[in-house]
Amino acid sequence: MNRTFSKLALWAFLALLVALFLGYFITRVLPDYLPAGRAVPPRLGDLVFYACAAATVAGAAGVAFSRNIVWSCIGLLIALLGTAALYVFLSADFLAVAQLLVYIGGVLVLILFAVMLTNRIGEVNVSNQSLGLGGGLAVFAAVAPLLMLVAVLVPWPVRPPGPMAPTTARIGDEFLSTWLLPFEVASVVLLATLVGAVVMARKELKAD
Amino acid sequence: MHLTLTHFLVVGALLFALGLVTVVTRRNAVGILMGVELILNGTNVNLAAFNHYVVGGVSGQVFALFVIVLAAAEAAVGLAIVLTIFQSFRSIDVRLADTMRE
Repeated sequence: MNRTFSKLALWAFLALLVALFLGYFITRVLPDYLPAGRAVPPRLGDLVFYACAAATVAGAAGVAFSRNIVWSCIGLLIALLGTAALYVFLSADFLAVAQLLVYIGGVLVLILFAVMLTNRIGEVNVSNQSLGLGGGLAVFAAVAPLLMLVAVLVPWPVRPPGPMAPTTARIGDEFLSTWLLPFEVASVVLLATLVGAVVMARKELKAD
Repeated sequence: MHLTLTHFLVVGALLFALGLVTVVTRRNAVGILMGVELILNGTNVNLAAFNHYVVGGVSGQVFALFVIVLAAAEAAVGLAIVLTIFQSFRSIDVRLADTMRE
């Protein structure tokens, strides 16, 4: 286990070095050698976006196709982190932090607990069976191209986005004015959820 | 090519499709819940992207926050159910929990 993690850390470090080098090369070195005024070199922020998007999609693919449920969990972690980074690009800072706190701090830990409590950890290779690569790839081939085609072809009524600004204060205002009723309903839903989860967990303890 | 709405929509579409693949193909109930989380994340990316590039304001982000809250509730209840199923069936293979059939 220890060796696996050190190998993982080494690969992550190498990938970071390669990404940094590529970013530096494309943004700072390459433009000097390109004929002026022909191609627009990508900005550094765009490259960071592409890296985050690639990490997100790779993590999601790990969740979908990994044979081992613990690797699926780690893929989910990477996908959630990448999504939080994407929110920053959309100037949704509060959303990014909420994603980190709720998803990675809460939901992912819950899922890991469930994995540890319900699987025979010793034989985790058989713990994540699926219909196989064929069926999964068929579903993917049916859904993904359609959605991406819609995203690319539809002329969305885009307006120039405003400058990046903190949104937390405005979100608080909206929660306590426009969305007050849904906000309170969400609190009641959370309370009911927690009570329900505790009731089920108590049953489980009684049975032992 | 600078960032546009389409970039984020494509990422959201890929997240949704991969989550759907996970939900459809997994036999492990915890794996299915992970797929649901991926689908909700794809939706959230779309909400935040439309909010930033089309609508303006923060309503899209408020919607995304509601989705996050409900996803956390869904994960808590879903995992409690999975643990209860594991108690009675000694397995979380969704094909084995079929006593309520017919």
